[in-house]
Amino acid sequence: MSLDPLNGTATEIAARVNRREISARDIARLTVERIGAIDEAVNSFTDVTAARAIAEAEIVDSRVASGETLPLAGVPYAVKNLFDLEGVVTRAGSRINRENPPAAHDGVLVTRLREAGAVCLGALNMGEYAYDFTGQNAHDGNCNNPHDLSRITGGSSSGSGAALAAGLVAVTLGSDTNGSIRVPSSFCGTFGLKPTYGRLSRARTFPFTASLDHLGPLARSVEDLATVFDVLQGDDPLDPHLARRPPVMTAPELARGAEGLRIAVAGGYFRDPGFPIAQAAVDHVAKALGVAAQVEIPESARARAAAYVITNAESSALHLPRLQARAADYDPDTRDRFLAGAMVPAAWYVAAQRFRSWYRAAVDRVFEDVDVILAPATPFPALKATEKTMMVGGQEVPARPNIGIFTQPISFAGLPVASVPVWLEGERMPIGVQVIAAPWREDLALRVAAALQAVGAVKAPVALIG
Amino acid sequence: MTEFDPKAHVTHMAPVMGLTIPPEWRDGVEANVAATARMAALVLAFPLPDEVEPAAVYEAGR
Repeated sequence: MSLDPLNGTATEIAARVNRREISARDIARLTVERIGAIDEAVNSFTDVTAARAIAEAEIVDSRVASGETLPLAGVPYAVKNLFDLEGVVTRAGSRINRENPPAAHDGVLVTRLREAGAVCLGALNMGEYAYDFTGQNAHDGNCNNPHDLSRITGGSSSGSGAALAAGLVAVTLGSDTNGSIRVPSSFCGTFGLKPTYGRLSRARTFPFTASLDHLGPLARSVEDLATVFDVLQGDDPLDPHLARRPPVMTAPELARGAEGLRIAVAGGYFRDPGFPIAQAAVDHVAKALGVAAQVEIPESARARAAAYVITNAESSALHLPRLQARAADYDPDTRDRFLAGAMVPAAWYVAAQRFRSWYRAAVDRVFEDVDVILAPATPFPALKATEKTMMVGGQEVPARPNIGIFTQPISFAGLPVASVPVWLEGERMPIGVQVIAAPWREDLALRVAAALQAVGAVKAPVALIG
Repeated sequence: MTEFDPKAHVTHMAPVMGLTIPPEWRDGVEANVAATARMAALVLAFPLPDEVEPAAVYEAGR
């Protein structure tokens, strides 16, 4: 492992803390120092909970001293600022919500990380109310990509990708409604897991689009993703959306790799030749796995359109009282979209929800023939912060709502996805590939991701800053 | 069906929904309404049997 303990993976840090080679307290102290030294350039944190981190670390050290072995002993982590952290205002990337009182409790997933020995360093920057694919925020400032500070991080879990890539923490939590874990994972060169819809509790987080919201981890190794995901699972009476499914323990499965799995590349919509770097990344991953097969996920463009309509209508309905009273307090980049969504006819919304039922059945049929599907995570690597548009099918469109064209059809189906970071020869910036599995089979997506990591085809290095 | 008119839609719906949209926001809001309408048109063009129910599920007693 790295000589600097903070550059290690969560698994490596936990092993050292469990062996008492280094204390959780020292890790927490070093982490606070590093955030102070580096984050001014990256702008990934909005709230640093240094006192909490030291207090939690001391508890971890005493638990380890009493003989406990903790899966995430002393692992520094931080959460997108839509997760409740007791005593911190849950701003959800907005100006408006920071008028709320501090959260009275931790989010349920935060509690689970704490019980597993992880140490919370604070809350992370995000696109306002999660309606964002860029990582740009008018209130807290833009989050900058650690691998090139002039480029965007992707959003909306911008700080969750950037803090990891900058080596500030070993694990982050984000949310993904249409791609908000997978897009920053792609642009910042990290691993990210969007679990199956309904898999993880969303209790005590600020919602965006109830029909599509997922929470999940980002990390710098597949082992870390799996270990954290395993800790996060479990029933929760506070979340009525949580599916009643038994947990799937993924970390013990990783060593099985891709052996015996039927893997194919998503064709058609996902093979758009207008995005050559994204296609090269998929080719790179397919080659590393020896995959030549192609599979069609039917009606993906329509699925993306339906996700767009549902997101627009549902999120704006949630925000309606604020849009009526104080629309000027929204980030100008989200305000117009929310206002538009407040005027969506009900029939459009219901049609999109009905189409989702059809699409679920169609996607289920696809998985009769394959176990895992590969697709680009983003159309291109991170844009420059000044680039506001992109080309789709020969037409110039705004980037902010369209960067998720490849992630949206997948989350619309609720499928579990591990986003893996590819560094193509000759490219300065990373780009992600989605490793997609059938519903409730996070273990398969993570096994394939682990196989790719084992042969060096994907990796999440810490950026050199300054 | 007549072509969707985002300007007319915003003019009608903004007061219905209690929204105040200053002139300098109008173009941005209308562009977003038009984008959602294009997405909705794609969804609405897909023929579905009447029996297909919306995906959102309510579970009583949960």
